[in-house]
Amino acid sequence: MWEVDEPPVGPGVLEPVVVGGDSPRLRSVYRHALPTRIAHWIVVLCLLILTLSGFQIFNAHPALYWGERSDPDRTVLALKAVHTPSGELKGLTQILGLEFETTGVLGASSDAEGLSERGFPRWATLPSGQWLAMGRRWHFLFAWILVLTGLSFAVYALASHHFTNDLLPRPRDLGGLGDSIRDHLRLRHPSGESAAHYNVLQKIAYTGVVFGLGPLSVLTGLAMSPRFDAIVPFVVPLLGGRQSARTLHFLATFVFIGFTLAHIFMVALTGVVNNVRSMLTGWYRAPSAAGVSDDGDRN
Amino acid sequence: MGIAINRRRFAVRALELVGVSLLAGCERVHPYRWLMRLFRPVESATRLAQSLLTPPGALAREFSEADRSSVFPSNGTTSPDEPAYQAHVRRGFVDWRLEVGGLVERPAVFSLEELRRLPSRTQITRHDCVEGWSAIAKWRGARLSALLAEVGVRPDARYVVFYCADPMDDEANRYYESIDLEEARHEQTILAYEMNDRALPVQHGAPLRLRVERQLGYKMAKYVMRIALVSSFDAIGDGRGGYWEDRDYEWYAGI
Repeated sequence: MWEVDEPPVGPGVLEPVVVGGDSPRLRSVYRHALPTRIAHWIVVLCLLILTLSGFQIFNAHPALYWGERSDPDRTVLALKAVHTPSGELKGLTQILGLEFETTGVLGASSDAEGLSERGFPRWATLPSGQWLAMGRRWHFLFAWILVLTGLSFAVYALASHHFTNDLLPRPRDLGGLGDSIRDHLRLRHPSGESAAHYNVLQKIAYTGVVFGLGPLSVLTGLAMSPRFDAIVPFVVPLLGGRQSARTLHFLATFVFIGFTLAHIFMVALTGVVNNVRSMLTGWYRAPSAAGVSDDGDRN
Repeated sequence: MGIAINRRRFAVRALELVGVSLLAGCERVHPYRWLMRLFRPVESATRLAQSLLTPPGALAREFSEADRSSVFPSNGTTSPDEPAYQAHVRRGFVDWRLEVGGLVERPAVFSLEELRRLPSRTQITRHDCVEGWSAIAKWRGARLSALLAEVGVRPDARYVVFYCADPMDDEANRYYESIDLEEARHEQTILAYEMNDRALPVQHGAPLRLRVERQLGYKMAKYVMRIALVSSFDAIGDGRGGYWEDRDYEWYAGI
C-alpha cells in the first residue's frame, strides 16, 4: 500500500520535499501502512522469543533425526559433550557424520559451575538455565501471537491488495532478476521511482518469508503435537515423520536467522535511520531520479 | 573494604536464609509465579482450539510391526526405589492388586489376571517424549473405558487420577497423573500390561502403565498402583494434576 506523491491528509504528513544542499533531492514516500508496521514489530519480538525458547526446548534432547522415530542411526545433527583423556569437557557438533569441536558454544558451554554439557549456550536460550517446562510456556505463548499476527496480516494484505500490488513478484519483475542480483552484489541501490517499490529480490524474500517460511514453521511445529497428528493424520507422513518435522522446524529457524541477518545488513547498507523511521512512521525518504544513480525503469 | 565484603557476605547469607525459609514455608515458590498466571490461559487456548478441531473419536496414528523401534528409551524412573515395589518384582506381581476407588459406585481391586479378562486393545503407536524424542512400540492392555464401566463412574466425577509406585524425590513425592473422562474413555486409552508381545518390562512401568496416545509421554504414568475418580485435583499434590504439572509442565499435553 504505497502512495507515492499522494500523502494522506492529516498531521505529520509530509509533502514531497526537496532537501537541498549537499544531499541528492529527497522525496518522502508513504511506504508502510500501519498494519504492516504493527505486524513487523510484533513478528520481530515473536521470532526473538521463539528462537531462544526453541533452543531451550531443543536442549532437552539436543539431537535431530530423519523419520518418525529418533533412532540413533538416523541422526542428522547432534550436540554433545565428551570427556577428553585428561578429564576436560569437550563440546562436539556432529552434522551428517561430520564432527566439529565447538567447546564453549555448542555441546559444552559455561554456566555458574564452569563448563557443562548443554546443546546451545546460556545466552542463546530462554530461560538461560536448563528449564524445559518454562521454555515450552514461552514458546507456545509467542507461537499463538505469531499465528494470530500472521493470519491478521495475511487477511489485510490480500484484502487491501498489498499482496498483489507490492509483494507478489510479477512475470516482468522476474525478467529483471539478473539485473537486480547484479546490482545487489555491487551494492547499488535504486533511486527515483524504483526506490519507491520493492525490487524483485525483496518481493521474493518478503513473499517467501510471510507466505512460505512462516507457515512452514508453524506447520512443522504443529506436526510435533500428538493431538495435531490425530486431527490431520496425513500431514506428518508428508513431512517425512515426526522427527523429520522436528528437523525441518529447526532448519526453518536457521533460514529465519539467515533472512534476518541479510535483512539487517541491507537495512544498514541503505540507511538505518531512514529504514527504521519508515517502519515506525511509514515515511521513507527516497532519492529522486535526478539523484546519484540511475537504474532505469525496472519495475 | 573488609567491612564492605563482610556486609556483602552478610546480605548473601540473609538472602539465603530468607530463601530457605520461604522454600520451607510454601511448596516450590519460584520467582515466576506471575508468569505462570500469564501462561495458563495459553494452555487453555491450545486445549480448546485442538479439541474443537478434533473429529469425534479421532485416533492417534497406528503403525505396522516393521515400524517399531529396535530400542525403546526408558525415561524417568527405570526401577522404583521402594521395598514394596521391589518385593512385587521378586514375586512376579502375583499378589499385586490395582485399587480403583474415589467417586465410583463399586470400589474394587483387580489382579493382573482380572485386568487381562477385561476387553482389551492392541495398538502400535508412537510415543512422543516432551524432551523431543519418539519411539514406536506395540502395546496391549485393558481398555480404561471397560474398567470404568466395571466400577461405575459417579456423575460428579470429572477426572481419573493415577497414583504410581515410584518415589520421585527426597520428599517422597510419588509420580501421579490425571486425565479427563473424555480422554479416559477414548478408544486407544488403555492400561497396558504388555509391550511388544511380552509382559511389560520394569523399566517401562511393570506391571501396568497408562497409554494416552494423543498426548505426550509424561501423561502415560508407569507403575500404576491405584486409580481414583475425582471431581477436582486441587487437593492432590500441588493441585495441578500431576507430578510434572506441579513442576510447571502443561496438564494438557496434546502439544
